[in-house]
This record gives sequence, C-alpha cells and structure tokens, in this order.
Amino acid sequence: MSLHDIDSTDQAVTPAARDAAPPPLTALRSKDLLGIADLSAAEITLVLDTAEAMKEVGTRPIKKVPALRGKTVVNLFFEPSTRTRTSFEIAEKRLSADTLNIAIATSSVAKGETLSDTALTLEAMAPDMIVLRHSSSGAGHLLSRICRSGIINAGDGTHEHPTQALLDAFTIRERKGRLSGLKVAIVGDLLHSRVLRSNIQLLTKMGADVWVSGPPTLIPAGMRDFGVTATAHVDEAVGDADVIMLLRIQLERMEGAYFPSQREYFNVFGMTESRLRLARPDVMIMHPGPMNRGVEIASEVADGPYSVILDQVANGVAVRMAVLYLLAGGVDHEEAA
Amino acid sequence: MKKLLKGGRVVDPRNGIDGTYDVLIDGDRIARVGRDIPADGATVVEIPPGLVLCPGLIDMHVHLREPGQEHKETVATGTAAAVAGGFTAVACMPNTTPVNDSANVTTQILSKAAEANLARVYPIGAVSKGSKGELLADIAELRDAGCVAISDDGHPVATALLMRRALEYAGMFDMPLIEHCEDQSLKGDGVAHEGFHASVLGLRGIPGAAEALGVERGVLLAELTGSRLHIAHMSARASIRAVRKGKEAGVRVTCEVAPHHFTLTDEMLGAPVAYDTNTKMNPPLREAADRDAMIAGIVDGTVDAIATDHAPHHYDEKQVEFDRAPFGIVGLETAVSLTFDRLLHSGLVRLPRFVELLSSNPAQILKIPGGSLAVGAVADISILAPDLKVRVDARSFRSRGRNTPFDGWQLRGGVAATIVGGRTVFTNVEAGLKNL
Repeated sequence: MSLHDIDSTDQAVTPAARDAAPPPLTALRSKDLLGIADLSAAEITLVLDTAEAMKEVGTRPIKKVPALRGKTVVNLFFEPSTRTRTSFEIAEKRLSADTLNIAIATSSVAKGETLSDTALTLEAMAPDMIVLRHSSSGAGHLLSRICRSGIINAGDGTHEHPTQALLDAFTIRERKGRLSGLKVAIVGDLLHSRVLRSNIQLLTKMGADVWVSGPPTLIPAGMRDFGVTATAHVDEAVGDADVIMLLRIQLERMEGAYFPSQREYFNVFGMTESRLRLARPDVMIMHPGPMNRGVEIASEVADGPYSVILDQVANGVAVRMAVLYLLAGGVDHEEAA
Repeated sequence: MKKLLKGGRVVDPRNGIDGTYDVLIDGDRIARVGRDIPADGATVVEIPPGLVLCPGLIDMHVHLREPGQEHKETVATGTAAAVAGGFTAVACMPNTTPVNDSANVTTQILSKAAEANLARVYPIGAVSKGSKGELLADIAELRDAGCVAISDDGHPVATALLMRRALEYAGMFDMPLIEHCEDQSLKGDGVAHEGFHASVLGLRGIPGAAEALGVERGVLLAELTGSRLHIAHMSARASIRAVRKGKEAGVRVTCEVAPHHFTLTDEMLGAPVAYDTNTKMNPPLREAADRDAMIAGIVDGTVDAIATDHAPHHYDEKQVEFDRAPFGIVGLETAVSLTFDRLLHSGLVRLPRFVELLSSNPAQILKIPGGSLAVGAVADISILAPDLKVRVDARSFRSRGRNTPFDGWQLRGGVAATIVGGRTVFTNVEAGLKNL
C-alpha cells in the first residue's frame, strides 16, 4: 500500500517540500514517535505532507481507507483525556485499524501493577501500535525499551506531546504556507507544558523564530539553550508575531505560589484584544485546549476572527492519521533506516 | 603467622612513606615497613612491579540495607562488594528498616558483619529516633554499641534546632554528625538537577542551592557549637564554596564527594539512554561547572574524602518511570577504577592524595582503626593496580545492586587484592598476584 492508493493527486507536495534539497523521504526512521526531538526536519515535512492527503479523506462522504486494516492499535491512557484520545480513535477508525481503549480507571494499575508489567501483558497479545498517555515524563521511552510494538507518545508528563506540535505546525503551514521565518510567540505555563517542549523542538527545527513568555516562576531553567528567546515581558514576545500560541494555566498552580491570582495573571499575561494589536495584522491565535477563558485568553480573542483553535482540533485527526500510517502502514522500519 | 609482602610501591601518607618497601604482617597487625626485611620464617609474597600497597581503603558512606531491605543488599553481599572494590572497611548509614537508632540494630549489623567476616563494618547511628527529626536518638547507647557517627542520611536533620542539639550532644563524644544537606522545600518533588537537560526531558528540577543552603546551615551550626560536622555527598559548586569558607574560618567541618559527582554530569539524563533510572540519585548529577568544582575541591584539599554513597536497589524498583524510581546508584565496585581513571591518570591527583581521600582521612574523621601502616596498626591493606584495564560489568558485581550508569565502561586502574586484619579476603587473578 502506498500513499497514492489514498490520494493520487500531487497536492501533498507543498512549497516547503519543494524547497527541500534532498529527495523527499517516504518513511520515518523509527518504529516509535516518542518526541519531536527524535525527528529530522525532513521527517516533520513528511508527516505534514502525508497529513494533507489524510485531511482529504476526512472530506469524503465515506471517511475510511483500508490503510491499517488488520492492524491493532491500543490506546493506553493513564491520564484522563477527552480530545486527544477521541482524536486518535477517530484517526485509527478512519484508517480501518482495530482499536482498543484502556483507561487507567479500568486498568490493573489500580491493583499495583507496574507500567513495565502492563506493557509486557499487552505486548504478549501482539498489538501493532500502542498510543500512550502517561503522567510521567519518559514513560514512552520505558515502553519502547520493553515492547516490539510501535509506541506513539500522546503526552508524557511535562516532556513532549509530539502529535500536538505536528497538528499545530500543520495548521500554521496551512494558513501561512510555511513555518520558516515566522515569529511564533508561546505564552503561558511554560514549566509544566509538554506542548511547549514539542513545539519548541519542531518550530526551531523548521526555522521559525520562537519567543516564549510567562511568569519567571514558570519559565524552565536553561531556556536559552533551546534556541528560543525567553522573556517575562509578554508584549515583547507578542510584538510583530505571526502566530501566538497560548498554553493552559492550571488553576492549582496558584497553590505552588507560581503567581498570585488568576486576576493578576490575566492582567499581566492574558491575551486581550488590545495586546493582540501588537502582533502582525494577520496573526493566528492558537490554543491546545482546554482553555481557561478569562485567565490565559479573553473570550473575545478565543472566539474572534484570528482564532484557529477549532481548526487545530480538526487537523489533529489528519495529523494523527498520518503518524499512524507512517509508523504502522506496512513500511519496514529496519529497511527504511 | 607472619607474611612478608616483598617489593611493590608502598604509599602511606600518614607516615610520609612513598617508595618501594617490604611490609611485614604479624597476625592481624603491621609488624614492620622497610627495605630488605628478612623472611625469617614468614610466608613471602612477591609483589609484581606496578602494584601499589596502601592502608586499606575506607568507604565512609554506604547503604548495606540490612536489616529490613535484604532484597536490595545484605551486610554479607555489601561487604563482599566492598572487598572486591578494594575497601577494607565501610561505614553504613542508619536508614534501614527499622532505622539504626538503638543498640539492638547496631548489634545486629555488627553480628552480621562478623558472620560475613570480610570488610570491617562501622555502623552510623541515627541522629533522631526513627530518623523522624523529632527526638534525639540514644546517642550514647549507639556509641557504646559501636556506632562511629550519627546521621539522618536520606534526609537532612529536620530542623536547625534539632541539629544544634545533636551537634552539642554528640560533641561530648567528639562524634561527627554526618549531614545530608538539602533544603527540602527548595528540593520539593524534584528528581533531577535543575538545568537545561531536565528542562528538555520534562523532569522536575532540584537546584544546587537546595544542597548549598543545607551546607551553609550546617557550617553555621558547627561554628556555633564547636562540634564536628561532616558533609555527605557534595554535588553543587556553592557547597564547595561554603565548606571552603567554613574551613578558612576555623570551623570543624569536613566533606566528601562521590565518584559519580566528579565523573558525570546531567547530560547523562538524556544520552546514551534517555531516562535511564541508573542516572537518578540524590543529590543529582549536576552540570559541568559543578562537576569541575568537585574536582577542584578534591585537588585543593577542600574535599576530605571520596565516598561512594553506595545505594543498591532491586532492578524491579529501578525498572519504572523515572520520577517513580528510587534515588541511588551502587558505587563500591567502581570507585577505585573511577578515581584512578578520572583523577590520577589525568594528573590531577597523585597517589599519596588518593590514599588520603580514600583511607587516612576517612579513618581520621571517623576515628577508626586503619588509614596508616604504622607498626602495630591493623593489617588492613589494599593492593591496587593503577594500570589494570578494567571493563565494568554490572552482572558480575558482588553487590545485589546492579544499578550503575557505568556498566560497560572501560577504565584504567583497579584492585589487585584486599587484606583485612592480615587475612586476604579478595584477590583479582587478572592483576598477577600469586600465593597471597
């Protein structure tokens, strides 16, 4: 099965792909997607190009292709998640995979089983892919060392959430036609955000100018070495930005004395219409959700013309289809490597 | 029963000895160190050229896990690891189950050590009952039972007031208080050194200041009380600075550094194996500037001892998510090779200083036998092979713990043999010694 069985037009070839000097890749090097850190720029472009074809599938009256027929995908979620799990499940079903959802409440973890044992038990039933959401950073790396199945990280602790960054990049590229040279401002709780880490990795690899901003208490150590500009002065980050990404402020952070109150956070960092005017006129407003209206983002902005928040959700399905297809769609990774 | 070790470089800084000498052992004591000692009925052992004889190495910071955590280590397996690592004596921390806060536990540890009959074991008693940081443990009872120091290791002494009292009280026996320095509120639920690598991996950070705050507190209280304080497992550059300042001011403070803290940095968190729980210990692997400050402190004399903080864990306990894994790595069977490879062969430290750090200083701090080859001293001798090529193989460790980030490392320098009380308790056939 090749990509052309799904989409025989050449609309998947984008300006970014055309500009790349080496011949386009046809496969990912690894059996896993643990983080954007492990992907090259060419691999990122491959995922985004593939996602364009997948997006077309979602516009058909019958939104299903046989790409993963006979493949078993386990959605192993140790943290509650509605949007990511649903998005993966729809993606899997559109690719005709057999899917299985395991959530923490019904798993044997409550009985004291270790993650390793849970993984080995699943592995014995030979799934092709495991989509893992877990509260510990690096949980996917542990699974990857134990399992032959491919692992897709659907969010591990405060480490990475690679498919979120890929869908964000897809959404930006769809609007702006490119990632390179764009000024992207990411504002919010940087310290606890896996979305931030994946987006920084992806955007810097693709040549964007990345600025991050938030209260100094919520800026991780060593940000300078990430190749981004970190500032507590949000207006500097937002100034002339092409894209503004807002990160969720978890309300329990006040208990850790990271900032005094929601009201003060909103006053100093909240994305309001007046702050938005500092950015470029065609700025995009993004949020990985779920939003706290009136804390990190004013409702007028969330619901306003610059917001692409619902496009992100829609594109999430296409990007996850692309990742699943590239990792489980019959490509031999040993050979590809 | 006499034994004559003929030839070999003898290094005994306490007695100003560094040269080729013979060492005569009579029973469990050193009878003589000199040139051309006649055999006179003694069993003669020729020491091959290139080997070094020194007072037995002493690891003043290990966790033997017995009683109560025998799945991790026992006194028998821990002391077997010690002698294989060239150590003739170890001092073991009290965070067992139950905590070593009574003569009963101390006596149990000592009887297990006598049964194993390998390295000497010097228990360290708890500062507070149950190491809970509330009431003082029965320190005189612990001392009478054989404890050589007090510590609530694993945690700092809970409050400044309790630490002051403990220093004052233990001061009447001139017993050192060994402090695990850490401001617990600043450490929080951190699992790795706060810096770029922990940020990339999304691991909660522990700043070096969390440790240095504890060191500053300790130095101030040692000054206030005039008692002896020993700082365990230093890792942060600000800690070195605090100890250096304290020593300059005449405070009775000593400190130790573990081999992993003068060898590794937090870069190990991400590579070669990302989230390897064998790189998780407390204090954590810190950044290069901290690692370099540990080395500078060792070279300039601020650091008194190299101690391993040998912390064995069962592999099940380490085969989990990084933030759920216990802190700690084993160290007894890699310390000598790492010290040779990283400090001696790089020219930073010479052999007499090596012996000070690993033998004579620990003996002096804990006021225990050894650390010297003076006539009449215990015949505890380590025979070292500075040029032996060693490949670390965790599976062949004597320790029950295999939790080391050094597995597979090639190092220059190792152990040839270990003699405790005149008795050979370990021989490494690869080092070329016969008939020992």
